[in-house]
Amino acid sequence: MKSVIAFVVGLIFAFGLGISGMTQTQVVRGFLDVFGQWNYSLLGVMGGAIFVHSILFYFIKKRQGPLLDDKFYLPTRKDLDQRLILGSALFGLGWGWAGICPGPGIVAMVGGSFNIVIFVASMLGGMAVFKLVENRIK
Amino acid sequence: MINALIGGVLIGLAVSLMLLFNGRVTGISGIIGGTFKAPKGELTWRVAFLLGLLFGGIMLQTFKPGIFDQVSSAEWFDYLIAGLFVGFGTLLGNGCTSGHGVCGISRLSARSMVATGTFIFFGIISVLLYKFLRGPL
Repeated sequence: MKSVIAFVVGLIFAFGLGISGMTQTQVVRGFLDVFGQWNYSLLGVMGGAIFVHSILFYFIKKRQGPLLDDKFYLPTRKDLDQRLILGSALFGLGWGWAGICPGPGIVAMVGGSFNIVIFVASMLGGMAVFKLVENRIK
Repeated sequence: MINALIGGVLIGLAVSLMLLFNGRVTGISGIIGGTFKAPKGELTWRVAFLLGLLFGGIMLQTFKPGIFDQVSSAEWFDYLIAGLFVGFGTLLGNGCTSGHGVCGISRLSARSMVATGTFIFFGIISVLLYKFLRGPL
């Protein structure tokens, strides 16, 4: 049942990404091109998403647990460490260069752009590299 | 902008559903990362989610052909390098635009606010660098 929900969530998430334009690199890079031809669409996407989720989160979190599991799996860390900053910096550099991030990459792959497929494959490769060295980093 | 808002609302609803039913944060980099060396019970729902993303993409492509058309001067090696940075960086930083940007900020997580500010800042730097080194976007 949890997998059915996860699948439906993925579906709706994909629609959100596609409709908002986030699956097009020109829209993302346009947002990050603040000193050039600024496309502020991404503000609307993040704003809309945060607006909806922050309200629903508040109410959902009042429950003892979710509907299909015993507990909420929420991140507990509150520290600001070097890995958070460095990781985010690296992610931002890659994101700005190509104009895609993980979710939109996977959704947009079906559009037939070979470059997007290369991005996703390479992203998985980068993740695999991290998984190999993460114990040494931690 | 209206499409952006509608899309954003859908994303907000989607992640809220994931939290309400499965109790999970919808951080896509984390969901993918968690498929590597996944312990029992952790793999199936993740794969289901990723299949949902793919299937959603197929439906979008079917009803709105051209929705994934990319306009960019970037070449295959740009995507290759960028992918490595994104893959490694999101796992090192414990999240991406969905995990930190949407879910984390909605929870008022200071970590996520810092992460989001950082990757947006470096995203802006990256575009500047690209324009300087390579020319028009």
